Amino acid sequence: MATEAIHEPTFLLGKLGWHSIPLYDPVILGTFIGVVVLGTLLVGALTYYKLWSYLWTEWFTSVDHKKIGIMYMVLGLVMFLRGFADAIMMRLQQVLAFNGSEGYLNAHHYDQVFTAHGVIMIFFVAMPFVTGLMNYAVPLQIGARDVSFPFLNNFSFWMTASGAGLTMISLFVGEYAKTGWLAFPPLSELSSSPDVGVDYYIWGLQIAGVGTTLSGINLLATIIKMRAPGMTLMRMPIFTWTSLCTNVLIVASFPVLTATLALLTLDRYMGANFFTNEVGGNPMLYINLIWIWGHPEVYILILPLFGVFSEVVATFSAKRLFGYSSMVYATICITILSYLVWLHHFFTMGSGATVNSFFGIATMIISIPTGAKLFNWLFTMYRGRIRYELPMMWAVAFMLTFAIGGMTGVMLAVPPADFILHNSLFLVAHFHNVIIGGVVFGVFAGINYWFPKAFGFKLDRFWGLISFWCWVIGFWVAFTPLYIVGLMGVTRRMRVFDDPSLHIWFIIAGFGALFIAAGIFALLMQIFVSIKNRKALAVDGDPWDARTLEWATSSPPPDYNFAFTPVVYAVDAWSDMKANGYTAPTSGFKPIHMPRSSGAGVILSGIALVLGFALVWHIWWLAVVSFVGLIAAAIRHTFDYDRDYHIPVETVIRTETGRLAPSGVSTQG
Amino acid sequence: MSSTMETSPDQARVWHLDEEPHHEEGHSTPLGFWMYLMSDCLIFAILFATYAVLGDRYGGGPDQKALFDLWLIALNTAMLLLSSITYGFAMLHMDRGNQQGLRKWLLITAAFGAAFLVIELYEFYHLIHAGYGPSRSAFLSSFFALVGTHGLHVTFGIVWLFVLLAQIKKHGLTNSNKRRVETLSMFWHFLDVIWIGVFTIVYLMGTI
Repeated sequence: MATEAIHEPTFLLGKLGWHSIPLYDPVILGTFIGVVVLGTLLVGALTYYKLWSYLWTEWFTSVDHKKIGIMYMVLGLVMFLRGFADAIMMRLQQVLAFNGSEGYLNAHHYDQVFTAHGVIMIFFVAMPFVTGLMNYAVPLQIGARDVSFPFLNNFSFWMTASGAGLTMISLFVGEYAKTGWLAFPPLSELSSSPDVGVDYYIWGLQIAGVGTTLSGINLLATIIKMRAPGMTLMRMPIFTWTSLCTNVLIVASFPVLTATLALLTLDRYMGANFFTNEVGGNPMLYINLIWIWGHPEVYILILPLFGVFSEVVATFSAKRLFGYSSMVYATICITILSYLVWLHHFFTMGSGATVNSFFGIATMIISIPTGAKLFNWLFTMYRGRIRYELPMMWAVAFMLTFAIGGMTGVMLAVPPADFILHNSLFLVAHFHNVIIGGVVFGVFAGINYWFPKAFGFKLDRFWGLISFWCWVIGFWVAFTPLYIVGLMGVTRRMRVFDDPSLHIWFIIAGFGALFIAAGIFALLMQIFVSIKNRKALAVDGDPWDARTLEWATSSPPPDYNFAFTPVVYAVDAWSDMKANGYTAPTSGFKPIHMPRSSGAGVILSGIALVLGFALVWHIWWLAVVSFVGLIAAAIRHTFDYDRDYHIPVETVIRTETGRLAPSGVSTQG
Repeated sequence: MSSTMETSPDQARVWHLDEEPHHEEGHSTPLGFWMYLMSDCLIFAILFATYAVLGDRYGGGPDQKALFDLWLIALNTAMLLLSSITYGFAMLHMDRGNQQGLRKWLLITAAFGAAFLVIELYEFYHLIHAGYGPSRSAFLSSFFALVGTHGLHVTFGIVWLFVLLAQIKKHGLTNSNKRRVETLSMFWHFLDVIWIGVFTIVYLMGTI
């Protein structure tokens, strides 16, 4: 609601006031009360069981890449519930808003819901999941003790969490953007969006973007500098390879997002005219720039999961991956090509047949390396001893689902077809097909695969199966109707419908969403039941008879990962070690040099959150204070030279003799 | 690490290093900072691209020729280039272990940097005062964004420089302080390179 017209900004609170709290909306009010009650219960429980100091010392301030990886996964899961709540609200609205009904969401609210759904699912669900998996697995796979810059890793996580926090605050204080997930101008300009929604969008993403960029630099340096001796580039596990390419993409594309959003910020805060329709501004410039980031972004999301599937398929087929080198080169090809296709997101801009042809063909070319990957997985399975454990089931479901999504993608890459299909529900179905079928299924494969490594017990199979089938069936039931109505010409982001003949498709899609909801419930049950039965589900270091180095250490690994740095002779180092009579060392332990925990990451990110909030609401004094505070706290941190310590040898010996021996290896007398 | 040891599958297998791998403190910092600089370079690339697209959208307002005083900018450029040279002198003194000389030349570098900023602020003030602020036209928006972002970087460089001076005074020329001086040096020269692009593309090509 355009409340700014009535409420003058004040010095103390800027644009903020009681009118900013959406008490008039029963849906938000109900959610707010629910969150307050649950939040109070959670805080109360943590206080009652005296868990705060444990969380602070063991988790929040930890620079251990494994713990940070797990925190990323938790953040992703929590935000996933929010993003899915938005999804099911949209499905319900589109089921109800037929035959003259307006549904239960007004336009003001509905537009925020689809914007928040997109932003949260990409930035605060998919990105934390992907970063979490990389953070956890990459240092273990390359035989390192930690990442190159352990403190920076902690800081990156908290910046991501801060960005997520600011986005969540918008639900109850003020409102979120009503612009769609990329906030295209001129709609996102002050003239069309005078409220704080777009500002929440901008500052949430800028804060999280700092974390993402730094984490990309960190993992790149780690992979380049910290590999175990003997692990040449062409002996790296495929997941590490895809992580390398992903982080190249992150470092080479997130600055583009940062700059683009900064220019939009200048338009909104300083009256600049980059993307307005005044005095020479050009909205299409924004759309080009944002997609120069946006297209690499989708490969940032999918490449690591290609890596996960490669590890999973090889492990559960009990074979070396078919076509290791071609997999590497395909990944590199995709990395490069992902920069050459951004214009296919707006063929209708009017850039002409030549330009559109170039981008259309470049887009179709990407399906070649991707196809090569798919065949590599299939040939790995061919004549393999396939075990249908949960990660492998997700991998197979991915191959079937993703192939269809890839084909509809090639359809959209044909410019004349895109003129018909763009902005339709066909497009929405396509990218959900590849993101759910690729990224989400891949994340579940990765969670089921590495969970035993991280916690020392497997995830429950029964609930895992239920989750799997609900998700796979639910996905197809939810999105096939969108393909169909999209082909009929139904546009995306519609709130009400006039044509009653479409109703049935949205009812079917709504049922699909319910299936997926059941799949999410089953996932939560799976985690809960597994924790309850952890004694029965306990495993040793190598429960899957896997092939890469992370399985050479115990589950969960000790803080220092490996008591001695492993030496690598082949691709699939752990497989090679098992085949050539490796025995784990039992003596000769040395003290281990490790980075020290630090609370500075939490503090800096906390101040960044306050700064973001102050900027959103134009509370200038608070913005100045928190900005100065942020700089001062950062400088103070640089005066801390005491950043590491040694784990005494007695602790190493105790840990090494106490932990379970990796399977297939007779040791630890 | 990996480059230091070649292993082939045929050789006798040693599965572990007996000694701790010698990862010197800060061993990845130069590489990591290079990657940060390249990501920062991309931010400037976007700002340059924006200027290339919007640089002739005057919106009925003045163009480059009407606004820029090339002599002032030449003076400004000289300040920044000199600051790069003086930073080089500081590095030479550091290599000789001469802390006094290092601090002296760092201070001189900061002075040149500050002179650059003062001239830039004067130019901005002058433009805004005459009614040619960032909102006047898309050209001026992109001009202020590009040049202003560079100026912000120089400001942060100077803050960093003084923090570093305090740290050198407190802890002396330790390895980590040397590394910090080297890292700031990369940052400082990077800003110089960016400025050469700004000077050429914005000022020279706009006025000549």
